[in-house]
Amino acid sequence: MSSVELSLTVNGKPVSVTINASTSLVELLRENLRLTGTHVGCDTAQCGACTVLLNGRAVKSCNVLAAQARGMQVTTIEGLAAANGDMHPMQAAFKECHGLQCGFCTPGMVMSACELAGRMQNPSEAEVRAAFDGNLCRCTGYQNIVKSVQTGLAAMNK
Amino acid sequence: MSDMSTQSPLGQAVRRKEDYRFLTGGGRYTDDIRLDNQAYAYFLRSPHAHARIKGYGLEAAKQSPGVLGILTGADIKAAGIGGLPCGWLITDVNGQPMKEPPHPVLAIDKVRYVGDHVALVVADTLAQAKAAAALIEVDYDVLPAVVKGPDALKPGAPQVHDDAAPNNTSYVWQIGDKAAADAAIAKAHHVTRLEFDNNRLVPNAIEPRAAVAHYDRANDQYTLYVSNQNPHVERLLMTAFVLGLPEHKVRVIAPDVGGGFGSKIYLYAEETAMVFFSKQIGRPIKWTCERTEEFLSVAHGRDHHSVAELAMDKEGNFLALRVKTNANLGAYLSTFGSCVPTILYATLLAGQYKTPAIHAEVTAVFTNTAPVDAYRGAGRPEATYLVERIVETAARDMKMDPTEIRRRNFITQFPYQTPVALQYDTGNYAASLDKCLKMADVEGYPARKQASEAKGMKRGIGYSCYIEACGIAPSRVAGALGARAGLFEVGQIRVHPTGKISVFTGTHSHGQGHETTFAQVVSDRLGVPMADIEVVHGDTDRIPFGMGTYGSRSLAVGGTAIVKATEKIVAKGKKIAAHLMEAAESDIEFKDGKFAVAGTDKSLPFAQVALTAYVPHNYPLETLEPGLDETAFFDPANFTFPAGCYVCEVEIDPETGHTRIDRFTAVDDFGNVVNPMIVEGQVHGGIAQGIGQALLEACIYDKESGQLLTASFMDYAMPHASDLPTFQVGTTCTPCTVNPLGVKGCGEAGAIGSPPAVINAITDALGVRDIAMPATPLRVWETLQANQ
Repeated sequence: MSSVELSLTVNGKPVSVTINASTSLVELLRENLRLTGTHVGCDTAQCGACTVLLNGRAVKSCNVLAAQARGMQVTTIEGLAAANGDMHPMQAAFKECHGLQCGFCTPGMVMSACELAGRMQNPSEAEVRAAFDGNLCRCTGYQNIVKSVQTGLAAMNK
Repeated sequence: MSDMSTQSPLGQAVRRKEDYRFLTGGGRYTDDIRLDNQAYAYFLRSPHAHARIKGYGLEAAKQSPGVLGILTGADIKAAGIGGLPCGWLITDVNGQPMKEPPHPVLAIDKVRYVGDHVALVVADTLAQAKAAAALIEVDYDVLPAVVKGPDALKPGAPQVHDDAAPNNTSYVWQIGDKAAADAAIAKAHHVTRLEFDNNRLVPNAIEPRAAVAHYDRANDQYTLYVSNQNPHVERLLMTAFVLGLPEHKVRVIAPDVGGGFGSKIYLYAEETAMVFFSKQIGRPIKWTCERTEEFLSVAHGRDHHSVAELAMDKEGNFLALRVKTNANLGAYLSTFGSCVPTILYATLLAGQYKTPAIHAEVTAVFTNTAPVDAYRGAGRPEATYLVERIVETAARDMKMDPTEIRRRNFITQFPYQTPVALQYDTGNYAASLDKCLKMADVEGYPARKQASEAKGMKRGIGYSCYIEACGIAPSRVAGALGARAGLFEVGQIRVHPTGKISVFTGTHSHGQGHETTFAQVVSDRLGVPMADIEVVHGDTDRIPFGMGTYGSRSLAVGGTAIVKATEKIVAKGKKIAAHLMEAAESDIEFKDGKFAVAGTDKSLPFAQVALTAYVPHNYPLETLEPGLDETAFFDPANFTFPAGCYVCEVEIDPETGHTRIDRFTAVDDFGNVVNPMIVEGQVHGGIAQGIGQALLEACIYDKESGQLLTASFMDYAMPHASDLPTFQVGTTCTPCTVNPLGVKGCGEAGAIGSPPAVINAITDALGVRDIAMPATPLRVWETLQANQ
């Protein structure tokens, strides 16, 4: 297997690694960098538990080669909270609105929600539901996720 | 509210203590664990639904790079390892034990479903393990397969277990008074009859199953990390019934678990084979299930075919219910596969109604499909679907309002002994119905229907008044019915010298928020702030033997064990306080976190009594042990019986057959509620799964080949955010009488009550007697075409 050298920025920190060319971005994050907050829930890019931001865009990191992220900015769930540990407004909104239960899909939900902030200021319930078509949750029935996203976006736009 | 408040947090929507770690990437799920020198497991699975194994060619695989070992059924057989046990013995209509064919850890001689375990391959990397598995040659003699329950009973059907279960039958079981039901039906004014399937579902927790098994030679100690709902049960079954290992030498840790819904209760072949092989491999072994593999191998849910007949007099009073059900068990008896379509199903057929005669006969059959076991609701959704579909259909047959026929037949006197074994302790079904009708604005329905029709859409309304049974109990009754396990729970309160508290529970949280709810209960009982209470679960080395989380039992049974432990803490604390304040023990009162001498202003804070218990300088050592650490076990006297009313309103586009749920209203009686935010979340999630069953989800095996056609999220329709409405939820309250908290289970109600409400609404909109679940757009459109 051919290996590649790769430099990128993960949660604001420069990272240089030598990896197999076939390594996916989620493998790089979970196995090489041990950032295990990003989860894998399927193998067909359906569930969205692995969603991270790549140069600000939400991508399913199971479906992106690590090498495709060369020179780019990756933000994962571990990169959202403030240095003192205070949660990002979107994280705080998920807690406040009970937008999570088992927590497994949650990192992907929160990352998708953060991306939405760049596209929509004050989305309707229907717009949020449509925007989350790429994220599956089996616990919450989505109702409190929708509420969390709306609350989080309002806080981010303050 | 702040978790430093001194006000009791009971009944408050306290935000969850566990959320910070989940929201910041700090959760620790099984796949996040990496042990030093870890190797990787891959399971070679059967590509055939039914085949004899004539031999293996393993040489090429063994020589493949990185391979550390390969285990097959032949090795399992040679090692004398027993099969995976079934935890409930059903006795059939003839008084004979159910047929319990062996359930080998890896297939021996025969494979019985697509995905059946053929070999475990362990290598340095996962890629190497997969590459080696591809080199294994298995010589199969492919046999015809049977996948549908009713087909398994047809003459000439392929025999899944040959002579070990003739006619593919594990048991024919019955409950109730057949003669009484037959007689009532024979002379009834009207009998409503329905015949339908309860569709097979795949639980699909978003975290797939995973395990890490490690054998520590120096200490002769096994450790298993596994995504599981009941680590003690897992360990007991694995050590005592399969591998013959000493129980105290195996530690099972179920860390953060990404959803269970029943599917992670069971002892599975994968982790059992891994624990066994870990000693031989001499390195930790890790396995993480892939999604398609999960579809193939996780225990599925439901899959009934039933005929139901409801007899009435001319006023619509129910006289008798007669039910015949064929339950598809899959290829093997899973851990609780036998009790789901019997004890957890037919005992609920009275529903909320005083039907005097009920008889049910259940034929449980083996097929060439994945084993079927408890999935959110486990038997009660199947019973509720049957009862609430036939009651609604009966109302239509009798030209009665569907709420009126229900009211007429509601049980109103409690306790109430049903004709199918259960005794309901309390309830008020009319109260939930009334509240739900109001919240759902049923009065405004005719106007909404008119508005829909004006734009060419069809609108329908459907009801469901469910009851279910949670916290299965007591052990002695369950034992008499065939349970091979106890049904108690344990709670331990360890008060530290500073007055901080660790609570150990045998239940397991995989999304339910126990770390918060149980801390609320302890805070209320001991007056200690929530921030000073930690709840620990999921580790057999840290927690006394407990039964885990299933059947919506955690608060009613596990929470009560914790309450009992707090009572012991208070009782001992009173003795210490009496000594310190030189008062009689009988004069000591405990309130708001203080031990006080009645009628005086003398008091001691809880933390000071705790410190004295561990620094016993001034202490009655002659009569009292030091320390403040109490354990309690609780085995309830009865189930809890949550009940409620759900109303669903749908709008259907006749051009496309698409059903939109316009309104969904749920009113549940869960008794007292500790944390309404968490309870609402449980209801939302349950309803989503119920709507999934009604509209979207179908696990389909090909009838000829036995291949699973819906083995990915591309093929199996999981509910997405855009498939669901905002649910209106409310509660009523009749406190449960069998536990001191007065609580009932809330985890499964949504999944139990919602499918019939949805289908009743769709059949109302379409003007048809029945439509099969899931009512997909194609099915709805075809129904419309057929009825034009």
